[in-house]
Amino acid sequence: MVDDAGPADAALFRALADATRRTILDELTERDGQTLFEICGRLSVRHGLTSSRQAISQHLAVLEEAGLVHSRREGRHKLHHLDTGPLRAVVERWPIDPTE
Amino acid sequence: MIRINVTSVLVDDQAKALAFYTEKLGFQKKTDVPAGEARWLTVVSPADPDGVELLLEPDGHPAAGAFKEALAADGIPWTQFAVDDVPAEVERLKALGVHFTQDATDLGPVVTAVLDDTCGNLIQLAAMT
Repeated sequence: MVDDAGPADAALFRALADATRRTILDELTERDGQTLFEICGRLSVRHGLTSSRQAISQHLAVLEEAGLVHSRREGRHKLHHLDTGPLRAVVERWPIDPTE
Repeated sequence: MIRINVTSVLVDDQAKALAFYTEKLGFQKKTDVPAGEARWLTVVSPADPDGVELLLEPDGHPAAGAFKEALAADGIPWTQFAVDDVPAEVERLKALGVHFTQDATDLGPVVTAVLDDTCGNLIQLAAMT
């Protein structure tokens, strides 16, 4: 059977498949708009995730490709923002009965 | 026994830096002597006037700009100051118009926040819990 999901879905599921990336989303849920430094600090101190700054930066790039994170410059700083919009595609494809 | 007597921040304008570090952060001026085109300009904490001096060092070296810009983009504070109560200090400084790139964050053994010193640096405030 062929999964005819588009490339956007493929990027979304790939992004969500990694535990570190899910943790990044958790931390951005707690506080939106973080620098790379803050994300690295939270992952290392709160979750014992000792990935390099470069590795975290690559995780953020994957999340951005899936549309789950948007980064924008604010003055001289680059802040990362959460966007849960792409997750809508999941429940639209496999609807959840709200009465259950 | 070796010990730290001076540590530095690279500032884009010494007069502006002195105003920020004294009027906003609350340090006091310790040494201010002409040194060529610049000044040997240090501040200290009123809590420890004979302790470590912070040198407000001009960032004129051509490599300094790129270095500072890269740190700022990723939100990395190169320098840390201790305070008793991070959330209270964040509130006090915000009321003075200071911009934070990271609000007070409880990281377990330490509470931290990161502010913009307006002279090209990010500074971390920390309190051990």
